[in-house]
Amino acid sequence: MNRQKLQRVLVTSASSVLAIIVALVICAVILLITGKDPVKAYSTLFGAAGETKVLQGMLNRATPLMISAAAVAIGFKMNLFNIGVEGQMRVALLSTAVIGGAVNLPAPLHIAFCFVVAMATGALWSGIAGWLKVKRNVNEVISTIMLNFIALSVVAWSFDTFFRLDKEGESTSLLVKTKDLPRSAWFPDLVDRRLNGMLIVAIVILILFWVLVWKTKFGFQLRASGANSGAARATGVNPKRMIFISMLISGALAGLVGMRALMGDVHAYQNNLAEQQGFNGIAVALLGRNHPVGIFFSALLFGFLGEASGRLQLEDIPKEIVTIMTGIIVLAVVIINEAVKRWDDRRIQRRAAAMVEAAS
Amino acid sequence: MRKNARLLTASLAALGLFAAACGGDDGGSTSSEAPASSDAPASSDAPAADGFIAGIAFDTGGRGDGTFNDSAALGGECAAEATGAEIKELEANVDEDRKANLELLVEGGAKVIVGVGFMFTDPMGEVAAANPDVSFGIVDSVVEADNVSSLVFAEEQGSFLVGAAAALKSESGTIGFIGGQEIDLIKKFEAGYTAGAKYINPDIVVEVAYLGPAGDNSAWGNVDGAKEIAAGWYAAGADIIYTAAGGSGAGTIQAAIEADAWAIGVDSDQYLTSGDPEAQKHILTSMLKRVDVAVCETIKAVAGGDTSGGFKVFDLSNDGVGYATSGGYVDDIAAQLDEIKAAIIAGEIEVPTAP
Repeated sequence: MNRQKLQRVLVTSASSVLAIIVALVICAVILLITGKDPVKAYSTLFGAAGETKVLQGMLNRATPLMISAAAVAIGFKMNLFNIGVEGQMRVALLSTAVIGGAVNLPAPLHIAFCFVVAMATGALWSGIAGWLKVKRNVNEVISTIMLNFIALSVVAWSFDTFFRLDKEGESTSLLVKTKDLPRSAWFPDLVDRRLNGMLIVAIVILILFWVLVWKTKFGFQLRASGANSGAARATGVNPKRMIFISMLISGALAGLVGMRALMGDVHAYQNNLAEQQGFNGIAVALLGRNHPVGIFFSALLFGFLGEASGRLQLEDIPKEIVTIMTGIIVLAVVIINEAVKRWDDRRIQRRAAAMVEAAS
Repeated sequence: MRKNARLLTASLAALGLFAAACGGDDGGSTSSEAPASSDAPASSDAPAADGFIAGIAFDTGGRGDGTFNDSAALGGECAAEATGAEIKELEANVDEDRKANLELLVEGGAKVIVGVGFMFTDPMGEVAAANPDVSFGIVDSVVEADNVSSLVFAEEQGSFLVGAAAALKSESGTIGFIGGQEIDLIKKFEAGYTAGAKYINPDIVVEVAYLGPAGDNSAWGNVDGAKEIAAGWYAAGADIIYTAAGGSGAGTIQAAIEADAWAIGVDSDQYLTSGDPEAQKHILTSMLKRVDVAVCETIKAVAGGDTSGGFKVFDLSNDGVGYATSGGYVDDIAAQLDEIKAAIIAGEIEVPTAP
């Protein structure tokens, strides 16, 4: 790693840490204003970090966030804003529960089959937005938001009409589900009922994401199109093809977001399963600056805050405060990153100017 | 620079979305300042051991809806007053919170924990099995375990009565029903209401709308959505609208005030929970679902040493459901309603549970 690159990494990490500190200070002020004790709140928060169960919970919650952030980030790299991860995830959840539940295969094959179904369904759903963008130049922000609504309704309706399982004589149960997935499709736990093995899949996805974006020709073209679409086109990159393919990849990843909940926990589809995980991935991707390492750590942070929320509530701190804290952290990171970036740009410009002056 | 500006715009848009996604249940924020039940007076009629702790785990909708969850919270206050128990409350934000919160309450030393809402079914089954010395209660669902009380309500019976009341009071012959999420639970309300109205007047027109599909949590806090639908129906001639949609029901009440028509509340006695004199003039009655009684009795039973658990149905026969008389607007038809109530209890009227 050369010196410049190292410097960049240091600046990036430092600005993220600074952002978190600023956010904690702002939150302390908010806590004071609302009449709560920030010292108590933070000691609860950081005290929780020492518990094994909390750490397991953090990793478990972070798993889907890593995948959904990767799905969002691949779009971001191209200046594509896929807000439809939630809808793509939801469609994939139902299709995997139904199609994956209808076949019988040996365990590893069955899991692979479910992944393929989930990815294909997610890609199909995001592909609609990609197609609209390429063929009709429909803004993907609008189309993916609309497709989220459509996904929610289509999934709810088809689940209720075709796929719900009503056990005989159990009309009293209001919690309806699809048929259970066969055991061979269950994704094994790392720690029984505490930490699911999908964590490893999520980490592998982040590594593959890094390889794809930074180490392949496709990734180069992707980043080039995102950085300067005009220049990329001039070098022979087909922007429409790039848009369509990155939407498909984004959707395929989105399809996997809900699999920890489906294959690793509930083992059947039910309403509200994995809800919000697609949306929360947007914030995680932003906080992680669309880089796999950043995404990994910001997913852990979100997972941790989620896990700590209950403990803070027991200390009489409303859950809304935790939500506000999360929002402030993201906002602080976005603002401070931008400020640091401008400062860094100016610094480099000044140095370049000085070098030019010295040379002349 | 242009690219940076775009990225910043995108970031801000994402934040907005994030905030929207998180704020879906902001109905809960209004009453999170409710008095801490822990310092409730220890005037106990069924004195529990000192330091008896009870937990209430709310679902993502949470307190402040003025209906279902607030009724459960009232139950906690009632139990605190009766037994001197300390009540610990936790609210879920996301899926994973349900199990985590139940476990936190167990760790916090709670001897009885009530999960408010059927989404707690699976998590409670798991946590109850792992903690056989703790008692549990679940509202609106059934968990087959010795240490769990399953608290199930016959909402269709209470809804039948307010449906009958609506038909008796309606002058236009058109009434309405607004549901939250289109799920089996809310369809029970619709089925009972429609059946009750048709029992009185077979020709009555009952408009039906739901605020969202299953899984759309905004349906429980969509005040504007409910108001829009209700205002439309009132303008088109409906004069009474029953809303079973948690916090969204406030929208129907607002529309009723503006149209000078009637709204029917749900779960809690909304005449009392609204507290607004303007609103009180327009709340005909409320379908009472005594979640408060269920929660209070469950905690009291365990505090008194009875940990038997089991399946408990709250219906008209034990006043687990019913209709509210606050305001006195249904006093003139009370005799008829009570007749119907007796007929339902006797089994002479069969109330459907699905539309």
